[in-house]
Amino acid sequence: MLSYALRRLLGAIPTLFILLTLAFVMMRAAPGGPFDADRELPPQVRANLEAKYPLDEPLYQQYGRYIWDIAHFDFGPSFQYRDTSVNDLIASGFPVSLKLGAASLAFALIFGIPLGMLAALRQNRPADYGAMAIAMLGISIPNFVLAPLMILVLAVYNDWLPAGGLGGWQNYVMPVLALGTAMMAYVARLARGSTIEVMRSNYIRTARAKGLSAARVVWVHALPAALTPIVSFLGPAAAGIITGSVVIETIFGIPGLGQFFVQGALNRDYTLVMGVVLFYGILIVAFNLAVDLLYGWLDPRVSY
Amino acid sequence: MFFVALSITACSSDESEKFPVKSTPEIREDGSTVLRRGNGAEPESLDPHQARSVPAANVLRDLYSGLVQISPSGAIESADAESWEIGDEERVYTFKLRDDLRWSNGEPLTAQDYVYSLRRSVDPVTGSPYAQLHAAIINAKAIIAGDKPPQALGVRAVDDRTLEITLTAPTPYFLGTLAHSISYPVYRPAVEEYGAAFSQPGNAVTNGAYRMESWRVNSMIALERNPEYWGDDETSIGRVEFYPITNQNSALSRYQAGELDWATTVPISRLETIKKHIPAQLHAEPTLGVYYYGLNVKRPPFKDAPELRQALSMAIDRRTIVDKITRGDEIPAHGWIPPVVEGYAGAQFEWAKLSDSKREAKARELYKKAGYSEDKPLTVEIRYNSGEGNKKIASVIAAMWRSVLGAEVTLRNEEWKVFLDSVRQGTDTEVYRLAWIGDYNDPNTFFELMNSKFGLNGTGYASAEYDRLQEKQAHMPDGPERMKTMKKAESVLLADSPIIPIYFYVSKYLIKDYVKGFEGNPLDSYYSKDLSIEP
Amino acid sequence: MIFGRRKKMQQAAHGRSLFSDALRRLRSNKAALASIGVLGFIVVAVVVGPWLSPHNYFAQDYGAIWVAPTTTDAHWFGTDGLGRDLFVRALEGGRISLMIGFVATLVSLVIGVAYGATAGYAGGRVDGVMMRIVDILYAMPFLFFVILLMVFFGRNILLIFVAIGAINWLDMARIVRGQTLALKQQPFIEAARMSGAPAVSIIARHIVPNLLGVVAVYITLTIPQVILFESFLSFLGLGVAEPATSWGALIKDGADEMNRAPWLLIVPAVFLAATLFCFNFIGDGLRDALDPKDR
Repeated sequence: MLSYALRRLLGAIPTLFILLTLAFVMMRAAPGGPFDADRELPPQVRANLEAKYPLDEPLYQQYGRYIWDIAHFDFGPSFQYRDTSVNDLIASGFPVSLKLGAASLAFALIFGIPLGMLAALRQNRPADYGAMAIAMLGISIPNFVLAPLMILVLAVYNDWLPAGGLGGWQNYVMPVLALGTAMMAYVARLARGSTIEVMRSNYIRTARAKGLSAARVVWVHALPAALTPIVSFLGPAAAGIITGSVVIETIFGIPGLGQFFVQGALNRDYTLVMGVVLFYGILIVAFNLAVDLLYGWLDPRVSY
Repeated sequence: MFFVALSITACSSDESEKFPVKSTPEIREDGSTVLRRGNGAEPESLDPHQARSVPAANVLRDLYSGLVQISPSGAIESADAESWEIGDEERVYTFKLRDDLRWSNGEPLTAQDYVYSLRRSVDPVTGSPYAQLHAAIINAKAIIAGDKPPQALGVRAVDDRTLEITLTAPTPYFLGTLAHSISYPVYRPAVEEYGAAFSQPGNAVTNGAYRMESWRVNSMIALERNPEYWGDDETSIGRVEFYPITNQNSALSRYQAGELDWATTVPISRLETIKKHIPAQLHAEPTLGVYYYGLNVKRPPFKDAPELRQALSMAIDRRTIVDKITRGDEIPAHGWIPPVVEGYAGAQFEWAKLSDSKREAKARELYKKAGYSEDKPLTVEIRYNSGEGNKKIASVIAAMWRSVLGAEVTLRNEEWKVFLDSVRQGTDTEVYRLAWIGDYNDPNTFFELMNSKFGLNGTGYASAEYDRLQEKQAHMPDGPERMKTMKKAESVLLADSPIIPIYFYVSKYLIKDYVKGFEGNPLDSYYSKDLSIEP
Repeated sequence: MIFGRRKKMQQAAHGRSLFSDALRRLRSNKAALASIGVLGFIVVAVVVGPWLSPHNYFAQDYGAIWVAPTTTDAHWFGTDGLGRDLFVRALEGGRISLMIGFVATLVSLVIGVAYGATAGYAGGRVDGVMMRIVDILYAMPFLFFVILLMVFFGRNILLIFVAIGAINWLDMARIVRGQTLALKQQPFIEAARMSGAPAVSIIARHIVPNLLGVVAVYITLTIPQVILFESFLSFLGLGVAEPATSWGALIKDGADEMNRAPWLLIVPAVFLAATLFCFNFIGDGLRDALDPKDR
């Protein structure tokens, strides 16, 4: 298994390399550059700046230099945040995103799985419709609507939670709710679908026929099997959610990674964008690997 | 939850709308006070010579002290320099520094520090976006262009406490540029040791009322009072926190929830409510900024067509735009220079006082004269960068041009950087939207922009007469002669109409009652040291 | 946000009779039926509605700014900050939102089915390379792609969603490939291959039709995702250009002005939520109905 994991990780290197190249080409093809601003720079000053961050070199040379630095785990200085390096920006943003993302995922799983299973066990009955309606509400309301509403009710009209910023656990409550609700809805629907499927499978029928209690059938036999599609969904979803959410971050003033994807691309912050894209790619690869390993653990028939 | 919340907001919107604002200042255990400022966006840099945005300038003003500073009401007053003399036909400035100047680490600050810093600010290696603000100093232009070494700059330390700056020609607004962050001193050992990271907490050594405590991108910058500062006895607030909050509604919520003492932006849709409930906390200050439309005069239809340009300008009802669209007490612009600029009553469009119907008739007349009519209407494209306000204004102006002149107007929005690139290239732009914010309180900061040699003028306007007048007034002593020249320059510009000024900006702030000492000034230059918190 | 959906659908290759079965099962699903009704109503309203009002979606009326819903002057849903009628704007926005949803989904469907079926049918090394490309694209943050597309095509919202469809086909390709791999083993495909039919015609005639069930489910789940994603772009200020609008753009504006004029948020939000609700219920109903194990 270890050698399998190693092989997978080594195999990911060309993938990441192509990813970087794609991002590089796309960023450079976009019109406008990092030094375009509403107060335009005098031509001479612009030339000075471009020489400072060798943007005046031929592209292939910049590309080569960039790849060389990346190979040494140096993402370079940020074009937008001049005083910091991309490494520092990612290092300061990631822990926050990780906390927020992990909490939202936990929220989604803890509420989503039981909700979905409940709906499945009462398929096409009021409880099913009710549970699914709750879940769909989560998908149907954009979180940029949900978040300000929560702030208004819980922070402005009542003094229950802080309206934004980074402080204690209280600051995470609303962001986690806003971010986790949609996720919960997806989990609930997956759980419902797979539970319906599993409950009809032969081994559950056998278990029932043997006269095991309904609770035992559901929790001991059905649950693990019903979890497998959720696990495979979790891989990319987790990578997505812990690299942050730009909406939640801007509304609540949380310094996570999500804003860097948007700000970086809009500011033409070449190095920052490449840094977060690569970081995201690495996470995706790692999570997909983790998912596959977890699969093996959930389902002993899978071998490597 | 959603519908509950919706119904709550729905109920709250009637006449008896609640508008809770929590009003408790933050006071630390030792009795010192904390000022929590909303700060728009994240500063891109806190290197005084690299910074370019307003949020960065706000923080730098607290971190650093220049030779001169802006008083709460906007006047230039002494700071690191306790006095100065202007000699040799207004070309040589000799500054006497205070004798108790120290950096935040206790090291003395001398005239040599200023020499180093001013040289650094124009050194091409630094890449200062504002280097040109020092263009009046001898050799500055050549240094920026890389033709001379930074050591050639006309700046000299006569002794530890005496700094001499020599200009190429008299420059009436020069003193004002010295309050700008490009003129702040930086601590040489830190710059040399840490490079780009010299502004980071732990590395930063500053000379202002506050020193760097912590900086977390997209979250908060915290400054603590600097006991080494020359004016520390007068400083009241112990700690200043800057929060980068881009979302206006979030800023208001946090202000209401008692998490901010000062919010820099106010959502327009809430302005009415704010005026009703907390009028005393709202401060609207006319500022040095103009929102304008540029016309590309290098290409048809605007090339050599001053009548057409005038007609388009004339067809815009600025009052309606200000009252109905922007709704933030902005001032309709009938000239190029904001009225708050010190010591200058600007020229105005000659038609500024006409009634709407007469103005529109005159616009139609000029439109005809330019060779357009109902059968042969002008087709024109307005280009703007994606954004709420721009979008609304563009659609209103398009409607005015359609209804008054019968022009066929299309709108084109572009993402910010793409837009800036198009304007800079100027190869296919026709009408584009931009704004200009003055760097110092003198008309020249606006006049300069339209000079064909200044290099920032996307319209491609090049009038020999205007250039001559602009350069002339820039190097005249202040007085009626200069005033006359400036007015003439502005009249030339308005008659040529390469730009259509729409309105002048008004900054709006929400500041809690317990924050004392705030006075408005047109430069938007506010120092936390001038404020106090008195519950 | 569009999450990757990697749930592998089970085989749906049981011939045509499956569809009548499925239809019967769908009819017994009340939520799905009701959703089809509501959705039908919304689509008709969006198409016909704007003609019922005396107003148009772009005319500004400074005399009627922020009018609450009223019957006077036919502002049934009120007006916005420029005095534009919300009834017309909400329906006009619905046209755009639904169109965006359909177009992007259609594009991703065409690419995804063609790609997935080809990879699955070809198998072997071709399959390996094609799926490797999908893996690479999967590792690219979707948001980054989209923002750059906005930068490139900033002026044409429809083009953007064609482009979004063009990068949102990865899930579809994976699902279809899995199905095709399974179908390939079926006797009738074997027979077609033996008789010398070219691969293209086998894919088009035999494989694709048998994927319809999966595809139907996918469509109903993707359309709401795309509509929601458009609203997210509007939040970032990268959405539809004025004076045209969409539900997402209206909700974004409404959320900014919700204290001043709550109807500006409530009306488009209800439209959007109802539409997404319906699509999702129909999707779930379809999936249940098409599940071959359910008999």
